Amino acid sequence: MAKRFQLLQGNEACVEGALAAGMKFYAGYPITPSTEIAERSAIRLPQVGGKFIQMEDEIAGIAAALGASVAGLKSMTATSGPGFSLKQENIGYACIAEIPLVVVDVQRSGPSTGLPTSPSQGDYMQAKWGTHGDHPVIAISPASVQETYNLAVRCFNLAEKYRTPVIFLMDEIIGHLREGCELIPAEELEIVNRGDHNVTGMPYAVSEGNYVPEFACFGEGEHYNVTGLFHDVDGFPTNNNEIARNAEQRLMDKIDMNLDDILDWEEVGTEDADVAILCYGGTTRAAKGAIEQAEAEGLKVGLFRPITVWPFPDKAVEELSKKVKHIVVAEHNYGQMLGEVKRVAKDNCTVDFIGKIDGTTLTPADILNKVKEVL
Amino acid sequence: MKKAELRFTGSGGQGVILATIILAEAAYEDKLQTVQSQSYGPEARGGLCKAECIIDEKPITYTKVGLPTLLLSLTQASLDKYVKDLQDDAVIVVDSEITVPEEVKASHKVISIPIIQSAVEVIKNPMAANIISLGAVNEAMKLVSQESLEEAVLNHIPKGTEELNINALHLGAQLVKEQ
Amino acid sequence: MPSALIEKSFRTKRLPHIWCPGCGHGILMRDVAQAIENCGLDPDKVVIVSGIGCSSRAAGYMNYNTLHTTHGRAIAFATGVKLANPDLHVIVITGDGDCTAIGGNHLIHACRRNIDLTVVVFNNNIYGMTGGQYSPTTPHGEKGTTAPYGNIDYNFDIPKLAEAAGATYTARGTAYHAPQMIKLIEAGIKNKGFSLIEGLSVCPTYYGRKNKKGSAIKMYNWQKDNCVDVKKAEKMTAEELEGKIIIGEMSHSEKPEYTDMYKEIIKKCGGDK
Repeated sequence: MAKRFQLLQGNEACVEGALAAGMKFYAGYPITPSTEIAERSAIRLPQVGGKFIQMEDEIAGIAAALGASVAGLKSMTATSGPGFSLKQENIGYACIAEIPLVVVDVQRSGPSTGLPTSPSQGDYMQAKWGTHGDHPVIAISPASVQETYNLAVRCFNLAEKYRTPVIFLMDEIIGHLREGCELIPAEELEIVNRGDHNVTGMPYAVSEGNYVPEFACFGEGEHYNVTGLFHDVDGFPTNNNEIARNAEQRLMDKIDMNLDDILDWEEVGTEDADVAILCYGGTTRAAKGAIEQAEAEGLKVGLFRPITVWPFPDKAVEELSKKVKHIVVAEHNYGQMLGEVKRVAKDNCTVDFIGKIDGTTLTPADILNKVKEVL
Repeated sequence: MKKAELRFTGSGGQGVILATIILAEAAYEDKLQTVQSQSYGPEARGGLCKAECIIDEKPITYTKVGLPTLLLSLTQASLDKYVKDLQDDAVIVVDSEITVPEEVKASHKVISIPIIQSAVEVIKNPMAANIISLGAVNEAMKLVSQESLEEAVLNHIPKGTEELNINALHLGAQLVKEQ
Repeated sequence: MPSALIEKSFRTKRLPHIWCPGCGHGILMRDVAQAIENCGLDPDKVVIVSGIGCSSRAAGYMNYNTLHTTHGRAIAFATGVKLANPDLHVIVITGDGDCTAIGGNHLIHACRRNIDLTVVVFNNNIYGMTGGQYSPTTPHGEKGTTAPYGNIDYNFDIPKLAEAAGATYTARGTAYHAPQMIKLIEAGIKNKGFSLIEGLSVCPTYYGRKNKKGSAIKMYNWQKDNCVDVKKAEKMTAEELEGKIIIGEMSHSEKPEYTDMYKEIIKKCGGDK
């Protein structure tokens, strides 16, 4: 038995959480700063009867993981910036073909090869819009090693429940951080497995009021077709515009109609705050440091942190914008979630930004200074 | 305890990163709050190397060391680079081959001990310098329990080197006591 | 009335297929189904994986588990399917562009791993779906819409490429030589390892028209007259073989298969308990 309490890197906790969720397959390609996820998966998966394969490139990594998922295994692939770009086409394939998959992106500075070992949150918009065409997205971002473990489980659960790729949007700050982590065993967690399939011969049909199709794994006897073309409920391609519209609408509804289940955020001390810091992922640690200092100085500063970063929590942020006078958005980029906040906050409060684009990290002092500026 | 912000520096290959991991693991075993991080990239592959560990009784928010309460330097270059940013009452642990500027000696507690020489001559293994350093830092700062530290060391060393490394840990503490 | 094979192995409701009159793909697709039938595979355990292009539409017509993937990536998807569940018989249907241009890297690495996939390349020497651009198998000097002055690329010999990369079974057949093509696919399915069978197709619409090859019938006749069985070719001189295409089994060897070796790793790690 592995020790229940271990000092782990965020990347290692991601693998342990995935294993607790039932991950049985990993395919990927090495890339800093996500490589530890591949390395630990290579060690751990065969120990639990799972499979690991290092593919010839990033695209093959996600393709093999999708193939394994179609064959019935809970699958994951992990990468960083350049690899995340390469995987985008097949993320769209997973969306339209409705194949459960967890895609981890441990963000690093970009564009292109950028600063391979430096932290960044520059892939926030890419997580949403990276693959072409209209498609729904679920992206989750952890702010500690323990949360990386817990949220890896949640990523798998959401992927299975909604039959969709889930982006685990990590960053170098948390991926390479070592902290204590409780390896909560699967028996003590809520684990979602792929639903029982209908046997109507209509793999993509959904029951009334439901948005998620449930179909069998390959090899179970149903000879259905999986394709990246728009398809009818029988799984076969179509050029019929009405069918295409309905199929696309259901894909969007699948996520939009279940926001209560999918959205998740942390909100601290915003009730009587003058300023709320809005951030996510590793940036949260500096923001919390800033809030500690602010409290010591008698300032009323709250925190709002989306944990599900996509879809964006429109309603909650709108409410926040009515509660506080100022919002400071802190991100390790040029201002990406900032646009979402402005869209939702409108003129309810001021919205300012503090970011970093040089590969260094925001410090509590950086954020506190910005807070003082807007007050 | 006061929040300990520890910065271990040296050159790549000296094992300073591993030393901080062992220390953080021991702290976690002692039910303390801890975070560990390190510089990645070319500098971790032979050039200057820096690793950090924070130990506290309260939850740790910001994960990086701001101003260290302790600086360990195993090379002159690493001391020169990192000696500028320290808390006023910070402790500096250095290998005795390193020249510490007089003004630094005047303003900080400096523990200068023969870490690398002892690794070669007493432990008979230059790779033990990081474990000697660990023993020294823990003796100087009283961070974690001896049992947890020994257990954490044993988790991270090759089989057959247990005795050697535990001796190195004790030697580090001894060097500080004798200083 | 469709034949018994069509009734059993095809989704007759999806037929007729989208391929042009005279296209060789329909014949090759039927050859794949016949080979599966001849091998006695359980259809529930057969997975057809395809990429994008004319060839890859085959998957949708065939009555097995079918996975129509992204351009070039069929072999990578198939690798995941096979490793996830080695009890499945995974057959990849791909085209010359899909397999050797955009998917060329996946092809050589799957060969190198010797993973138990059977890849059937429907080679029509052209990008048909997009309207006749030159592909890695368009012969040197011939034309495509993007090689209006003649193709200066040299073309791949796909079985040779696969053999050099580590495939343990390679072969070439044609749409015209259907009985042989079926046998070659059967042998590929039976080979425990990576098998590649190139099936020379006929594209009268684009390749044929662009290069003045005449009618579809003329193109099949060309296959009949210019393809030489590998055994016969062994007795022919270089001059006699000038301009001829050699068909039949090109290579067959044995080495441990990937998913078998991975099972050993799982055993070694205690993961089989």
